Amino acid sequence: MPVSSVRVGEGARGARFPFPFLKGKNAADAGPGSGLVRRWIGVVPFFLFALAFMVLPAATLLVGSFQDGHGHFTLVNLAHLARPGILRSYLLTVEVSLVTALLGGLFGFLLAWAVTLGGMPRGVRGFLVTFSGVASNFAGVPLAFAFIATLGRVGLITVLLKSIFGISLYDHGFNLYSFWGLSFTYLYFQLPLMVLIITPALDGMKREWREASENLGARGTRYWREVALPILLPSLLSSVVLLFGNAFGAYATAYALTGGFINLIPIQIGAQIRGDVLHDPNLGYALALGMVIIMTLTILGYAALQRRASRFTKP
Amino acid sequence: MTAGLAVRTAERPVSRRKAWSALWLSLGGLYFFLPLLATFLFSLRGKKGVLSFVAYAHVFRDPQFLKTFTFSLEMAVATIVAGLALMIPTALWVNLRLPRVRPVIEVFALMPFVIPPIVLVFGLIRMYSQPPFALVTSPVLLVAGYVVLSFPYIFRAVDAGLRAIDLKVLTEASQSLGARWGTTLFRVVLPNIRAALLSAAFLTFSIVVGELTLAVMLAWPAFGPYMALVGRDLAYEPAALAVISFLLTWGSLLVIQLASRGFREQGPTAGGVH
Repeated sequence: MPVSSVRVGEGARGARFPFPFLKGKNAADAGPGSGLVRRWIGVVPFFLFALAFMVLPAATLLVGSFQDGHGHFTLVNLAHLARPGILRSYLLTVEVSLVTALLGGLFGFLLAWAVTLGGMPRGVRGFLVTFSGVASNFAGVPLAFAFIATLGRVGLITVLLKSIFGISLYDHGFNLYSFWGLSFTYLYFQLPLMVLIITPALDGMKREWREASENLGARGTRYWREVALPILLPSLLSSVVLLFGNAFGAYATAYALTGGFINLIPIQIGAQIRGDVLHDPNLGYALALGMVIIMTLTILGYAALQRRASRFTKP
Repeated sequence: MTAGLAVRTAERPVSRRKAWSALWLSLGGLYFFLPLLATFLFSLRGKKGVLSFVAYAHVFRDPQFLKTFTFSLEMAVATIVAGLALMIPTALWVNLRLPRVRPVIEVFALMPFVIPPIVLVFGLIRMYSQPPFALVTSPVLLVAGYVVLSFPYIFRAVDAGLRAIDLKVLTEASQSLGARWGTTLFRVVLPNIRAALLSAAFLTFSIVVGELTLAVMLAWPAFGPYMALVGRDLAYEPAALAVISFLLTWGSLLVIQLASRGFREQGPTAGGVH
């Protein structure tokens, strides 16, 4: 920690320092020209670190995706992204993310609605929010294990359904290691994330709005269609967009659940790093670039929608 | 609003609303608790015919368990220390001296959401595998990656903590009483945001301890890759590991909840690294 973190009272704000007579001491050890250094020294380590371990590594991938094996400029890697196999992977990743964002968004919204406007006791809400905090962090390998133990081929529910009701899930087309199985598993962290981000928006729904629309004759579904949903729409959309990004970048859960059987883009990149397939690092960089572009668009969309949403939450 | 109208519009919908709420909550409850229950029961079936904690005994007796868990614990502590050492000055500066750069810092702190772990580790490997920066075999690179992953959570927690106190008055009061910068920082500012610091620490802990992507790609014997390996070879032990992980996550989030009681910030606990 640099020495200058101290003199918070001076610099640009020196004029407002409440005890000007104490300032002499500070002025003495501040050599000429140190003003600029001091102003910035606290944030410089962060920027350097972020540059070294986040921005530049990402930038090397960007550069690499425009190079061939000998370092010459090429657009071939980007063109290869349109190969059927790779395009299919992107589509699959988008599908998983979209399905889990929409379903997670819908059911997360319903749960959040139940504990905010649904007239449930306050304790239920506290528990749901706490549990959602845990569940949204419970992901990756252990989550995959939990679903294998529950709905895998010898999972408890699978076996129970078969022995008690004679229903064989796997004979009826269910498969945990498939698109829908993976999506069902992702929902375990998507749904609680939705609860956490949409609850504040529902808290912002003023009782007066409902009362006013009821007085004007708009009840039940009409109130929801014409008043509540338009107000909530930006929040809902931005949450769904965030959920989309949340699923899009997920690697560990898919890896542990399917062992790379489902060809999501993160799985493809992982295989590329390990040198399992393709064996064309530059194509791998292009894969990563495509992913970052999609994620960036996602986050920008989220931010734009959030700005719209905050219109109603301001007092 | 007349009394008659109020009764007609309010009462029936309230009971119907409660019924719907109860329905959605029960469905949600089933979805969330059945897997936990099933995993727990599954983990007890290590011995044929009886319920037992044999799978847990196997896990705890496996020297690899202790070794990998300790390794991940060390990485978590290093990440927390490095992350806080980077983020506390940054957040202080943003709140006291350079409010102008806040948007830039926020963009940087949120960038890990745009760069998924698998892409981040790819970039780290490409950049640091040849001289002059051959860091790929050093744990420094792993910790650096983890610090990047925890940027958003640490920054938000520390920043929210600093915003919740009257930082300017506190620091100026401390200095006008003659405290040096170290005293001001360690005895005035940090104690006042200890709930936020604890949140940041435990959130980082819960992200790092079971993390798979970075650890497996940089080839470290961490807890995440160990779990994945057990999952490939055994049946009941993975379920036991899932239960242990869930309890760990629950435990660290519980600490955050307790620490931040009365500290009105729900944000930092949302989401993790999947």
